[in-house]
This record gives sequence, C-alpha cells and structure tokens, in this order.
Amino acid sequence: MQELINIFVKSIFVENMIFAYFLGMCSYLAVSKKVSTGVGLGAAVIFVLGITVPVNYLLENYVLKEGALSWLGPQFAEVDLSFLSFIMFIAVIASMVQLVEMIVEKFAPALYSALGIFLPLIAVNCSILGGSLFMQERNYNSIGEATVFGLGSGVGWFLAIVAIAAIREKIRYSNIPAPLRGLGITFIVTGLMGIAFMAFMGIKL
Amino acid sequence: MKLFKNLLDSVKPHFEEGGKLEKYYPVYDGFATFLFTPGHTAHSGAHVRDAIDLKRTMVTVIFAMVPALLFGMWNAGNLHYSALGLAESMTFMDKFLWGAIKIVPMVVVSYAVGLGVEFIFCIIKKHQIQEGFLVSGMLIPLIMPIDIPLWMLAISVVFAVVIGKEVFGGTGMNILNPALTARAFAFFAYPSYMSGDKVWINTSTAEGQSVVDGFSGATVLGDLATSGTTQYSVMDMFLGFIPGSVGETSTLAILIGAIVLIWTGIGSWRIMLSGVIGAVVMGLIFNTFAEYAISPEQQAFMAVPFWQQLIMGGFAFGIVFMATDPVSAAQTQRGKWIYGFLVGFFAIMIRVFNPAYPEGIMLAILFMNVMAPLIDHYVIQANINKRKKRLATVKAA
Repeated sequence: MQELINIFVKSIFVENMIFAYFLGMCSYLAVSKKVSTGVGLGAAVIFVLGITVPVNYLLENYVLKEGALSWLGPQFAEVDLSFLSFIMFIAVIASMVQLVEMIVEKFAPALYSALGIFLPLIAVNCSILGGSLFMQERNYNSIGEATVFGLGSGVGWFLAIVAIAAIREKIRYSNIPAPLRGLGITFIVTGLMGIAFMAFMGIKL
Repeated sequence: MKLFKNLLDSVKPHFEEGGKLEKYYPVYDGFATFLFTPGHTAHSGAHVRDAIDLKRTMVTVIFAMVPALLFGMWNAGNLHYSALGLAESMTFMDKFLWGAIKIVPMVVVSYAVGLGVEFIFCIIKKHQIQEGFLVSGMLIPLIMPIDIPLWMLAISVVFAVVIGKEVFGGTGMNILNPALTARAFAFFAYPSYMSGDKVWINTSTAEGQSVVDGFSGATVLGDLATSGTTQYSVMDMFLGFIPGSVGETSTLAILIGAIVLIWTGIGSWRIMLSGVIGAVVMGLIFNTFAEYAISPEQQAFMAVPFWQQLIMGGFAFGIVFMATDPVSAAQTQRGKWIYGFLVGFFAIMIRVFNPAYPEGIMLAILFMNVMAPLIDHYVIQANINKRKKRLATVKAA
C-alpha cells in the first residue's frame, strides 16, 4: 500500500510529465488558454494514461518481454518480441484515444469542439507513449503499480495544464511586451512553474 | 523639503515635452513623486481621494522590515565574533557595525541594479516608474546568506526583475514573488553559495584571530536534517541568535513587522493566520506519526514540537513578508485562506521530508504562487454557481 501511495505522489509531483520531463508540451501549450478546456483535455489524458499503461503492462509482461510467452508452452521461452513494443504500445494508445473521442463526442459535444484536433492528437501526445515507456523501463512489479503510475502521471499532467490555464487567464490583460505575447510568455511561465515544482524534487516517502 | 522642491521645479522644464531630456521623464517623475504628492489629477471619471498610493504602501512595508534588517546586522556581527571566540570582548556597537559593513553594500547593490533595470524598461516602454521594486529590493538582501558575493546578488536581481516581472508587464502583473524568484535563481544556479553549513556565518579572520574549536556554522534546520538535534535553545530561535539568511532569524523582529503590516491593513492577516494554521496542522501530523519515519534522524526531526517549527528557519519571514505579497498571492478572500494554509502545510512538509532542501518555505510559496490563479478561478466559479442557485430559488418562489 505504501509503495502504491509513493508511486502515485511521485508521479504527480516529483516526476511530473510536464515539469520534470517536458513531455506532452504541444497540447499543453495549445489548449491551455481557458481553464474549462484545460480540465477537459486533462481529464482525457488521465483516462487514456490510466487505461493504456496497465494494458501495455499486460502486453509487455505476457507477450513482448523475453520469455513472456512461456505461458503458451516451453518452446516459447526463448522468444523476445520487445522490438515490437513501440508499435504495439502505439496501437493500444491509438485505439484507446478513438474510444475517448467517441465518448466525448457523444456526451460532451461542446468540449469536443473546443478540443478540436487536439483530442485525436492525444494518440501522438508524447506523455502518453512516455508513460508506457517509463512503465517498461522502471519494471513495475504488478499491474496495480502500473495503473497507479499511469493515473498519477495523468493527474500530474492535469494539474500542470489547469494551473497554466488559470495563469494564462490571469495574465490575459497584462501589458506584456509585444514580442512575447502568446506562446513566448507561456514558455517563460512554464519555466518559472518548473522552478516552483522543483520543491518536490528528491522527496522520498 | 523646500530645497528639494525648488531643485525639482528648476529641472522640470528639461524633462517635459520639448525639453532636451524628454526621454528621461519617467526618471524625473519617479524621483518627484517619491518625495511629493503628484500634482496632476485624472481629467474624467470617478476619483478616489486617498493619501495612500502604491509608493506609500511600499514604504510602509519597508518600515515593517526595518526591525528584521537591524537585528540581522547585529546578528551577523555577533555570529562572526562568536565564531572567532571574541563575542565577549566586543561591544554591541562593534558587532552592529561589522554587520552593517557587510549588509549595507548588499542593500545598495540590490537597489541600484534593480532600479537601474526598472529605469531602462521605463524609458524603453515609455511608462512611469513602477514602485514594485522598492519592497523587493529590500527583501532580496534579507533572504540571502551573509557571504553571498555581490555579483551573484546582482545577477539574481536582474533575473528576478527581467524574467520574473518585466516580461509580464511590470509591477502588479507578475505571477511569482520577484524576491523569491531571485532567491530561487541563486539557489539553483549557485547552490554552494546558498546552502550547506559554510555560508551562514562569516568566518574570515584578521591577523591573530582564529576560528574556535568545535565551531559549527549549520543552521537549525540543517542540524535537524542531518542529526535530528540542534545546539540552539528555543529562546535563541525565537530571538534570532541563530545562523540563517540575513533577516530571517529573529521571529521577534518579524512579529513587530507583522503587527505593522496587519495594523496598517497592508499585509493580509488571513494569509498569515491560515499559514500558521497550515504549519501547525502539518507539525501535529508529523508529531503524531513520527514513529513511522524512515530513519532515526528523520524521526527526531518529525518529533520536534509543532510550535517550534514556526520559529525555526525562514518560516516566519516568508509567511509575513513574502506569502502576503498582494500580487502573487490569491486575490479572493476565501482563496487567501486556502492559499495561506497550503503555504504553511507544504513549507513544513518539504522541510522535513525533502532531504534536498533543508528549508521549505521558499519553494512552498513559489509553488502556491503558481497555484494561486487556479484557486481564485475555482473560488469565483463556486461563488457564481452559488448565486445562480440562489437566483433560481428566488425565481421559483
């Protein structure tokens, strides 16, 4: 239990997808003009990460890893399919994103049009594939840990996009020098937020 | 005062439209309004007549910081001579003057560099000088270690003013507290000058002097983080006879400042109070769960009585002077309660849990500065929803 909490808190604050790894920046920068759309996209990312990471965990441990196929029979114990992991992970992610897209279109059409192209683009959002690859690299012990890691990373990303959306709403009427308006100031704000998030670097639970 | 008035009036034509120094009007205006109430008024619209303006507000905060500054000067000298074993033979004035000689240059550099950058921005952007730096310029030396090289201080100030404030459009529009931005910059750029146990007490020796045996320059929090115990008594911590950043050590001097800020209504008592509550709650949690600590040192640290956490390190200084910054804090009343509470909560949590940083208040405030607009957004949203609901019930009835 303690291990799960540790992974959860760590993936939200310490190893934040945005501020520690700068993954998933494109949609983070593009869809953060308003808090409400930020919340929508953040929730979609939590959902996709929370599903794809455990699914990919199963895939990794029962299909792809060296010796993972031994449950089929002893003759498969030598098979190593890990060279397929990128393509398999992406396939899982793409299908999950399709699912999310259909759900959002059906139940929240306003959000669907607000998110626009960025909803299908979650499929190529680096933080989603990054989540699965970190899962592979860190060798989590159980599907529970993988799920908690996926959800935690999603929550961290959610927190980041909602926080910057609120800041961008606040500075909308600021007298920002003309060359920095728009994306320029957003990059600077992201850097300053990264400094603030360093507060949690090194915490061990 | 008459002399100043005459002087200003005599040079005024040069700075007005058509004068040869027209470009530098903001500089003239800055000095003139610093000394005298400006004569010009708005031509239309509603007028609020009040003696207080941004400049007076800022100057009041500076007055509130003076006790901490003066104590910091004496304390720097006292610690220096204590480290050399000369504390008994030196008079009060010796110690004070030694500290003043170290600290006054820090204040001067901070103001000169910061206001210089502000003047340049004013002239380029053709707006009046904004007084926001008056407070930041005093805060920055107070939160730096005594031994920081002046050029590092200058670079930190430039970073804070340009990246922390001017790119957002100047005073009142920044998202992070500029003084803390300067400190965080110095902290991450020059860690060996900003942390550890060598930087808090100056141990330079003149001929015939030497550092006493068994001398330790670690701060209370540094001690607690590494060994779980500290050599300083509670009274020392409260009065401030401990190593630390220049102005942060004396809780008593800071309390005087807090009273000034609350009495004049400039600092938000909500943030201060809720910050203390947050710290107390986290302290009590640690006290209760100390037995689950992962190491004996951490256990001893967690078991430190919760009220002592309030007088150690920079907590008091941060919560009184930095968390209450009206620009970067939450703006709504309910938001201030949440904001202050979380500042206190995270400050104590980072301090105890995070081995990378012995002190947590700086990053706790910066983190909550980042989150403050979000808190405000949801407080306002909740209010809108409440009123909508009320309107609906009124209409239905």
